[in-house]
Amino acid sequence: MNVQFRDRPEPASTAVAKTSHIKAAIADCDIHPARATKTELYPYLAKRWHEHLETYDKRPYHGMMEGPPYPKAQPNASRRDAYPPEGGPQGSSLSFMQKQHLDPNNVVLGVLNPLATGQGIRNHDLAAAICSAINDWQIEKWTSKDKRLKGSIVVANEDGAAAAAEIRTRAGDKNFVQVLLLSRNVEPLGQRRYWPIYEAAEEAGLPVGIHAFGFGGNPITASGWPSFYIEEMVGHAQCQQTVLASLVLEGVFERHPTLKMIMIEAGFGWAPSLSWRLDKTFERLRSEVPHLKRRPSEYIRDHIWWTTQPMEDPEQRDHLFQLIDWIGWDRLLFATDYPHWDYDDPSRVLPAGASDANRDAFYLGNARKLYGIV
Amino acid sequence: MTSPIAGGVDCDLHPAVPHLTSLLPYLNDYWRDQVTTRGMTDLVSQSYPSNSPITARPDWRPSQGKPGSSLDDMRKQALDVFKVSHGICNPLYGVQMVFSEDMADAFCRALNDWLAKEWLDRDERLRGSIVIPVQSVEKSVAEIERCAQDRRFVQVLMLVMGDMPLGKRAYWPIYAAAERHGLVVGIHAGSNYHNPPTSVGWGSYHIEDYVAQAQAFQTQLTSLIVEGVFARHQHLKMVMLESGFTWLPPFLWRLHKFWRGIRMETPWVDRAPLEIVRSNIRFSLQPIDAPPDPPMLNRLFDHMQSDELLLFSTDYPHWQFDEDKALPEGLSSDLVRKIMIDNPLATYGRLRQGATKETTP
Repeated sequence: MNVQFRDRPEPASTAVAKTSHIKAAIADCDIHPARATKTELYPYLAKRWHEHLETYDKRPYHGMMEGPPYPKAQPNASRRDAYPPEGGPQGSSLSFMQKQHLDPNNVVLGVLNPLATGQGIRNHDLAAAICSAINDWQIEKWTSKDKRLKGSIVVANEDGAAAAAEIRTRAGDKNFVQVLLLSRNVEPLGQRRYWPIYEAAEEAGLPVGIHAFGFGGNPITASGWPSFYIEEMVGHAQCQQTVLASLVLEGVFERHPTLKMIMIEAGFGWAPSLSWRLDKTFERLRSEVPHLKRRPSEYIRDHIWWTTQPMEDPEQRDHLFQLIDWIGWDRLLFATDYPHWDYDDPSRVLPAGASDANRDAFYLGNARKLYGIV
Repeated sequence: MTSPIAGGVDCDLHPAVPHLTSLLPYLNDYWRDQVTTRGMTDLVSQSYPSNSPITARPDWRPSQGKPGSSLDDMRKQALDVFKVSHGICNPLYGVQMVFSEDMADAFCRALNDWLAKEWLDRDERLRGSIVIPVQSVEKSVAEIERCAQDRRFVQVLMLVMGDMPLGKRAYWPIYAAAERHGLVVGIHAGSNYHNPPTSVGWGSYHIEDYVAQAQAFQTQLTSLIVEGVFARHQHLKMVMLESGFTWLPPFLWRLHKFWRGIRMETPWVDRAPLEIVRSNIRFSLQPIDAPPDPPMLNRLFDHMQSDELLLFSTDYPHWQFDEDKALPEGLSSDLVRKIMIDNPLATYGRLRQGATKETTP
């Protein structure tokens, strides 16, 4: 978080435990690479799209041409100290990312989640072209230059056929470890228009990461548009709950028994209560969804992983540990969200008290296993 | 199981309007004529399809008519069984769905008069909620002013999903009127379906909508808190009805964290969200989206960091529990007393004043 931390007295044993783990190798499952210039993608786009972008630009499922509907708390929603010395926005320089983040934090596996791609824009042909360009760009600018970094296959989220084709084109390419979707789309992600994406991902043996954010034209509450950025930020957790409910209730995991999904940057604290609510309601209404053969919580337990940032932060640390016990220590993937303003510092995020095995799983082991990176 | 104690308050009962024609005696000539001439259909909301298992417990379902439409049944199945001193009636008739604010106003007035005459007049234990035509703040305030004269109305009732987030300033005159008259604002599950019932669009199933009620409550709490409703109306109490509550602790952790990070955006929010919830917000007990074993639920109560937040409810006739197991297992007798008696009385000021029977003007 880009806030002033208050110093809190902590027991000496805590400080020791923290220090001893600062330099342990970690995975960062949510890094946001940016383009240094607006035309950085042009080499990967057909001429036709250069002209289109110059004339019409990308028209999203909301009104603003230049920025997000709710002004962020920081320029580019990113840390003020993350501007590369050579210029360009935060997250646009590999060498500065290495120097500021990857090296000092000993990140041995970094998963790239490009935002502001072709997702959430209304011209679906343009969306597919930009997504494909972003995937080429990830290889050329990032993953081929630093072997710690792995890309996400970004797909035209509203065009199932185009998205599936892009996944099949990239299948087997070790530069990529997952397919990336955003949580907010034209319809809830369990809907059939998105099924070709899951089919292709399962076929390619790739997990699907669902990152908070995106635009699909729906207000970010079920009661219309709120006033403030904080409502959007907090609201991503509610969007993600609904998305997960949709995926489960539409039978996506029944159809795709080996599909794995990752809930990225939307919190995980809500996972137990959502599971309990789904199970209880399912007990009453299962005749409406006969395609489900198991209780909703079982699909969630078997198919879903969660990234940690922004870390759940209860006043009492035993509440956090109980929560993680309920979800499973094998299901959390550490993430910083670099270079965004609400970045989580790996040396501070997990309070003392977790076992070494749990701590290792949290910071690295789970990610290695899920993404198949040894 | 945890035994209920006598003298409690059931904060969420749903008396059903048998049919739109049941309101005809309470409509003026113009609206009576509109209903009959246009052949208007019954206002059944898809939040609670009549035959859905959620809508009525199997053994509470009458042989004919809508569940919850008989006072005798409500007495036998809920009021007497749980030996309550008071039961608060929250009619879930689909008056919020109509798009004309004039029509909504006429139907709300009729609904409130119907409730007073056909329920409150007939059982002294019953108390009412004022249903308001939310699309018009002016008309909503007028309806609150009109009904507040009857001290048996203890609450103003709104749905959790409507045209705008509930914290929006446009709604504040409603909250001012409620506070002025010592009325609680109850936010109940349900939608007017003027927006998709989730924040990511329209799903396919009834079960999705029902699960999504909990997410709608979360976004409304954010809105109410960050817009500053409780900075302006410090004594206003709001009750989340049929909201679930096991989502509350992690929701507040997240809201608190972002409030710390970007409070410069809403500087009037001068207390932590958890403190605001503790002082101004309450939750009805049912449905309990509970973990599988009782010790976990007790840990969850611990995560809520307060034993004053929950108010007893059966959600009658909705199917939330079987037999008389309205209270979850493993509650201490102290907590049972708080949930059933102390917390509701502390929340609903008008219950403490022991309203005498009055007829709605």
